[in-house]
Amino acid sequence: MGRGLMSSSNDRRLDVAVLYPDLLNLYGDRGNARAMARRCAARGIEATVTGVDIGDQWSPEQSDLVLIGGGQDREQRRVQADLLRRGNAIRDYVNDDGVVLAVCGGFQLFGHQYRGWDGDVMDGIGIFDAVAAHPGPNVSRCVGNVVALWEGETLVGFENHGGRTYLNDGQQALADVASGFGNNGGDGLEGARVKNAFGTYLHGAVLPKNPHLADRLIALALERRYGPGAGELEALDDGAALRAHAEALHTALSATESPLGRRFA
Amino acid sequence: MLAGKAARLGMRALGSGGTALPGLVVERLHPQATERLAGRLSATALITGTNGKTTTSAMLARILRADGRTVVHNRSGSNLMRGVTASLVEAANPLGGLVHGCTAVLEADEAALPAIARAAPPTTAVFTNLMRDQLDRYGEIESIALRWAETLADFPTDATIALNADDPLIASLATCWDGPCLRFGIEDADVPPAPSGEIVDAIWDPATQDDFRYSRRYFAQLGRWHTDAGVERPTPEVSADEIVQAEASTQFVLRLPEGSASIDLPALGLYSVYNALAAATAATALGVPPETIKRGLGAHQAAFGRQEEMVVDGRRVRILLGKNPSGMNQALRTLQRPGERHHLLVLLNDGIADGTDVSWIWDVDWESQAEHCESLVVGGHRAADMALRLEYAGFPAPRGPVANDVGRALRAALDALPQSERLTILPTYTAMLDVRQRLGRMGAARLWDVA
Repeated sequence: MGRGLMSSSNDRRLDVAVLYPDLLNLYGDRGNARAMARRCAARGIEATVTGVDIGDQWSPEQSDLVLIGGGQDREQRRVQADLLRRGNAIRDYVNDDGVVLAVCGGFQLFGHQYRGWDGDVMDGIGIFDAVAAHPGPNVSRCVGNVVALWEGETLVGFENHGGRTYLNDGQQALADVASGFGNNGGDGLEGARVKNAFGTYLHGAVLPKNPHLADRLIALALERRYGPGAGELEALDDGAALRAHAEALHTALSATESPLGRRFA
Repeated sequence: MLAGKAARLGMRALGSGGTALPGLVVERLHPQATERLAGRLSATALITGTNGKTTTSAMLARILRADGRTVVHNRSGSNLMRGVTASLVEAANPLGGLVHGCTAVLEADEAALPAIARAAPPTTAVFTNLMRDQLDRYGEIESIALRWAETLADFPTDATIALNADDPLIASLATCWDGPCLRFGIEDADVPPAPSGEIVDAIWDPATQDDFRYSRRYFAQLGRWHTDAGVERPTPEVSADEIVQAEASTQFVLRLPEGSASIDLPALGLYSVYNALAAATAATALGVPPETIKRGLGAHQAAFGRQEEMVVDGRRVRILLGKNPSGMNQALRTLQRPGERHHLLVLLNDGIADGTDVSWIWDVDWESQAEHCESLVVGGHRAADMALRLEYAGFPAPRGPVANDVGRALRAALDALPQSERLTILPTYTAMLDVRQRLGRMGAARLWDVA
């Protein structure tokens, strides 16, 4: 557990890796790295954010937190071979309680496989015991605002995915869908969790307006690096984040569209 | 036809900005109306692409009027099939005829282009750029490029297509077209490069999978590009050089196949230069001489909410529409002259026409705007989301309420505005329509004076 147990809380640091930041960056997912950096900095924790591109030297054990976002199908295909090469190292990292947030396309690639609408199968690295499949070109995408219940609290975000994820028996979901599609629009489940690896379909970006989720990731990473108790985080002034959270809740649950939006669509 | 005219007059009387309703009425009553009306036009220019459609159309219409032509034009972004129908109806006389020899300038929504091109076959068609925009509505950008390539097969074979040479996704449309083609682009070697962290949507050539490489990149994927396989940016027949940004205008040398002209364009930013190039290229395809193009561009007036200036209660207000990351980044760049600081009203809506997904605001480089912000008010349906994004970007705390109601936000912004200062409004599409209508009710001058 952890490297270099440093006693002083003032020189704590976290190394954040963002996988394929130029390719998997749909729907504001780069906001997640900003949230990590900002919420760490506010507590005197130095967070360094490093992008990992195809072919880059990187071993996951150098990192405390790994972020991977969503991309269009073409971008997912582009990174797939590189990600498969890193599969064993990432699995070891997760087994060693490494913290991961995988969003949308990243979530799919962290499952066993993704079957496209044309039947083409793309292998994932199997962190999550889950498979994703696209039901075909004539079936609508899952698009819209989402509210999910996670450990008694709400998560808000926006989803936009053609593929449906199905968790195998024994695979824990991250959250329960209160409004929206979630993994597949059928079983009421959203995302997946294995040890400290979190998978979700929520964009938004998800972490800035779900500060409780952001802090959980930071706490888990600190505990892994600095030991039990290191994950105690001082509260921040989250007024703006909580207002954005409440507004997203309201938008999703009232599901009323602006008359202007309808008329000029 | 009379039903459409009556509906149009009704809309006008209500003071609404909507231009699509009469088209809807005619579409229902007479489905073939658009084709029949379009058949009487002497020439048709279609303008499509992610950004710049409305302003390019306004510029082209002005150039054509300067050339003495009668122009039919679907103004104010009413760019779906019914909007096109509505503009043709409006130009038709009550007996269903169309003014003889009219030239139509029709802005076409990216997804609606195939249907519009079938109903109104183009004499020239302009493709401005292809960028990430409302993926909840349009889908992935490659599928749009594919649909456009298929649509070219339906064009009249003697149509001239006008392509942005600096956008590799647009330039590659030339490989699907055997007819006449004119390209436009920027030749100035001194244009400042794009900020390094900016989102780029087109990273590689969809046909060959080769990465696009750049010797210069201006913004998004626009620039002087090539691939390792030897595909490279074509040399444009219409280009801009020696670009100088003045306080209220942009000056450049416009090079055309039949000569050059010095342009003083009353609009800001490199994206305005691209719009002028697109309009000049279409005008060239329609046979307008260089000196008339110069005259038309020099007389440009901002289109509906696009760098539009007005006066309300003795205070200056301007509106810079920002619909997507690249559009908003370009709008912001015009506000970042050294030493300038602005009073900003940022309005974020999530209507269908805005895109119901607001996460794109995380892909905008607000960080570089923070030091140019003197004061901030935030509003719109997703005001709290916007306020959070701007807090992350280091903006000053918003004044007044973070109001979902656009009217309240506008009032707060005007109340907080020092008497001699100017308010700059950065709205999404439906927020722009809303704030513009409110300004109109408050008696703002220059409203409805659309080019």
